[in-house]
Amino acid sequence: MSTSTRSYLDHAASSPMVPAVAAAMGEVLLLAGNPNSLHQSGRSARRVLAEARESLAADLGAQPDEIVFTSGGTEANNLALLGAPRQGRPLVAISAIEHPSVAEFTARCDAVRVLPVAGDGQLQPGALSELGTDVALVSVMWVNNETGAIQPLGEVVAAAHAVGAWAHSDAVQAFGHLPVNFAESGLDLLSVSAHKLGGPVGVGALVVRRGVKLTPVGFGGGQEAKLRSGTVPVALAHGFAVAARLAVSQRDSEAARLAGLKARLAAGLDQIDRSRLNSAAKSSPAILNATFSGTRADDLLLLLDAAGIDASTGSACTAGLHQPSEVLLAMGRSASDARASLRFSFGWSTTQADIDRLLAVLPGAVAQARKA
Amino acid sequence: MRVLAAMSGGVDSAVAAARLVDAGHEVTGVHLALARNPELFRSGSRGCCSLADTNDARRAADVLGIPFYVWDFSEQFADDVVADFVAEYAAGRTPNPCLRCNEKIKFAALLERGIGLGFDAVATGHYARLQRHGDSVSLYRAAEQAKDQSYVLGVLSAAQLGRCEFPLGEVTAKAELRAEAAERGLLVADKPDSHDICFIPTGDTAGFLNDRLGQRTGDIVDENGDVLGAHLGHHQFTVGQRHGLHLSVPAGDGRPRYVVGVDPVANTVTVGPKGSLAVRTIRGIRPTWTEQPIAGSWRGLVQVRAHGEPMPATIEAADGTVTVVLDTPAFGIAPGQAAVCYDGERVVGAATIEATNS
Repeated sequence: MSTSTRSYLDHAASSPMVPAVAAAMGEVLLLAGNPNSLHQSGRSARRVLAEARESLAADLGAQPDEIVFTSGGTEANNLALLGAPRQGRPLVAISAIEHPSVAEFTARCDAVRVLPVAGDGQLQPGALSELGTDVALVSVMWVNNETGAIQPLGEVVAAAHAVGAWAHSDAVQAFGHLPVNFAESGLDLLSVSAHKLGGPVGVGALVVRRGVKLTPVGFGGGQEAKLRSGTVPVALAHGFAVAARLAVSQRDSEAARLAGLKARLAAGLDQIDRSRLNSAAKSSPAILNATFSGTRADDLLLLLDAAGIDASTGSACTAGLHQPSEVLLAMGRSASDARASLRFSFGWSTTQADIDRLLAVLPGAVAQARKA
Repeated sequence: MRVLAAMSGGVDSAVAAARLVDAGHEVTGVHLALARNPELFRSGSRGCCSLADTNDARRAADVLGIPFYVWDFSEQFADDVVADFVAEYAAGRTPNPCLRCNEKIKFAALLERGIGLGFDAVATGHYARLQRHGDSVSLYRAAEQAKDQSYVLGVLSAAQLGRCEFPLGEVTAKAELRAEAAERGLLVADKPDSHDICFIPTGDTAGFLNDRLGQRTGDIVDENGDVLGAHLGHHQFTVGQRHGLHLSVPAGDGRPRYVVGVDPVANTVTVGPKGSLAVRTIRGIRPTWTEQPIAGSWRGLVQVRAHGEPMPATIEAADGTVTVVLDTPAFGIAPGQAAVCYDGERVVGAATIEATNS
């Protein structure tokens, strides 16, 4: 059975663009000029870029000159980890459930300390107590991309600063859904992305606290405070700012609405035998992760796909081959359960009808996948 | 019908899937991940297990507009095909891993998972024909003899064949198939055919076996037991093999010598003249039947290699064994190979060759 209208429950992978954002970008896309050029066309582009930077900064609780536009969350995370100097402080501490754009730093640097998480996906109490003055940077994500677990950022920042280290957070899944205020967070570095909140793919930002000096990772024309060379895509930055403004202005009502949908889904999943929620009590309203023991997640995805529902495992694929979720393994789940888990993630376009459609299909799909 | 199309990344399986879409079936593409550590790119035309092949299969599925998944059968493949392949060589036999893969993976593990998920059939790009009559189905050679792959399907049971679709059975020329692929916008239209053993992409079977079985020096002897030379492991030799013997003692009659026997226990390789390879009687075990199990004696054709000639024979099946008496002696038949029995163009069944007699 294939259907023309689909239920898209994979906003954490990429949220569909809000039509108003596409419209706003359309005008800017036709604008001539490089924002670094001195002529009139360049000035016009620069003005749009400056306004986008100011608007985004305001929505992030940051200063405009703290915003470094990047190609997305991955580049922002890479810049934070690779750019943080480690003279005299060789170590970097990251949580056990980071996105690959942070976690894979272990492949570049053997001085990484991994902070364990508890069974609910939250950083283990006491995980931060062993940080020493040999730590340069502590990186803990704000909201986990697979389970939605909200991490104790206040404790992370306090622990990092207590030993003189910088604190970085990947807030890609938080911004737009939860209150994110850079100044109030005390963070030194913060990563955000546009396409997780209804903006365009291809743009993100690293927020760099004034006084924090990173080493550039690449070289070129010295754009973005000499940290990230390359012509800034003005239309994408503009789209990011417009989408962020929309998301932040509707954040509280949307969060409440999505929390209602999530609760409805959780109640429905509770009726499925041998299912288990992996999303902590303290988690994003936009993400629900659950294990359906005795299934293969990719079989469930096939059955849901055929029923018009787009969902995800949330974890990395190698050539489309489903791997057990590293996040769920870090939370102490068995390999077979980590292979039997799905992520449902919501956003501005998600309706109760989508949840009800999922709940109508899922019990049968789970039963069938258990036999396959 | 809901059909699961096994897509290797090659042109055959892509066109097979396309034809099923045209026929109005609801087709889902699936690529089997068989290698534990897939290589990034193909080396030459070999292999079906590289990431490039996965991408080719996915791209073809996208062109056809069908869902596409990669299913991990690497563990079953390692256990049921690769480990069996190594164990058979260690036991002095010559296995056919493609047959084994069809029997244990493609038309077993894959088929069962597909049926479990609500699919009605599994389709592949094999060149063979199915003829359905009522509830039963018969397996026939492909229309194009040169491409015929019925041999590697000969181990399938009636239950398995009942769930198969082979849309390429009527193809009469590979060139036409490639033209069809190009016409359909499939980028694999010009991709070379795969050869050899997919899990040995270098083609170096002896090296692959050495890595797993080690090297162990043994004697090469003649049929009288006189030592003619040495070898580094009996598993590097197959009955019928002529090259790579490196004998220090020349043959008395100056004629070529062949491997005529492999003794895994004594680790000796016996060589002899071509005449010693002549086989008249084949004893097969583990028979499988494509339709009803058969008992008794009948006249038919027997094929012992993927691209071998069908040989007229008298075939007798009884008590889990099959005895084949060839009308004309054949040469270089090794234990471990499959003897596939035909009735004309129709595949009747298969057995694993346990022993041969002149």
